[in-house]
Amino acid sequence: MPVKTDAIGKQWPATTYEVGAEKIREFADAIGAANPVHREHEAAKSAGFRDLVAPPMFCVVYSARAMGPAILDPDIGINLAAMLHGSQEFEWDEPVCDGDVIETATTCREIYEKDGKGFYVFETVSTNQDGGQTVKGTWTNIVRGV
Amino acid sequence: MADLKELKEGDAIPELRVTPDKYLPHRYAGASGDFNPIHIDPEFAKAVGLPGNILHGLWMMAQVARGNAQLADGDPRALKRLSVQFRGMGFPEQELVVTGTVREAGDGRVLIDTVAAQGENQVIRNAQAELGAG
Repeated sequence: MPVKTDAIGKQWPATTYEVGAEKIREFADAIGAANPVHREHEAAKSAGFRDLVAPPMFCVVYSARAMGPAILDPDIGINLAAMLHGSQEFEWDEPVCDGDVIETATTCREIYEKDGKGFYVFETVSTNQDGGQTVKGTWTNIVRGV
Repeated sequence: MADLKELKEGDAIPELRVTPDKYLPHRYAGASGDFNPIHIDPEFAKAVGLPGNILHGLWMMAQVARGNAQLADGDPRALKRLSVQFRGMGFPEQELVVTGTVREAGDGRVLIDTVAAQGENQVIRNAQAELGAG
């Protein structure tokens, strides 16, 4: 069965995420990010950040939430049981700090078939409360046996 | 730690070695919100044909990010871009080794080719990080 490509270009409503200090600390602990700017307000401020700052990969916490509706959308038609995370790219810009409110919008960029596998490429763009872009993510999911 | 400006093409970055303990996938699931049972439930993972519960790909990517960011003393502003390909399953209680080589350096910008492996099993390949000052 060929992959459905009608949904290329589809966008989903932005999701909102409120960043908190304890979530930043919990995430920094889980990935082993040891810099005190992820744990102490004063350390972050004296290093030039607005407040306690998240590690770059914290972007998965606020942008993965925006990917859910896209992956589950029947217009996309992904067979979740056969899905693998194939590749991932993030481009970072504004740092994310305690108290930030991040909006993330998702767009389907590409759907194609290669070697019997379906490739689904989504883009997420996240912005903070001042309109500054914090990260752009490119998520490639591979579905076996399409 | 090396100064970013002193890095040149062909330089190896310091290795990052980390062994995720048995319960790391549970802590990362809580921290990230990804509770897919293939990462936290060995019985479920076996039932769907895996050898056991597998590490989150994005946790492994975070180790690649950390291996590169240590060149800038873990300054979260230094990492500008990171792309990775997930090419193997990673497992708890096995050491993960992140290695990298400078591909290009100049104008305060450094591109680094990175691999993450558990033994011979290259779990992340063709990773490229871009580091920059400020």
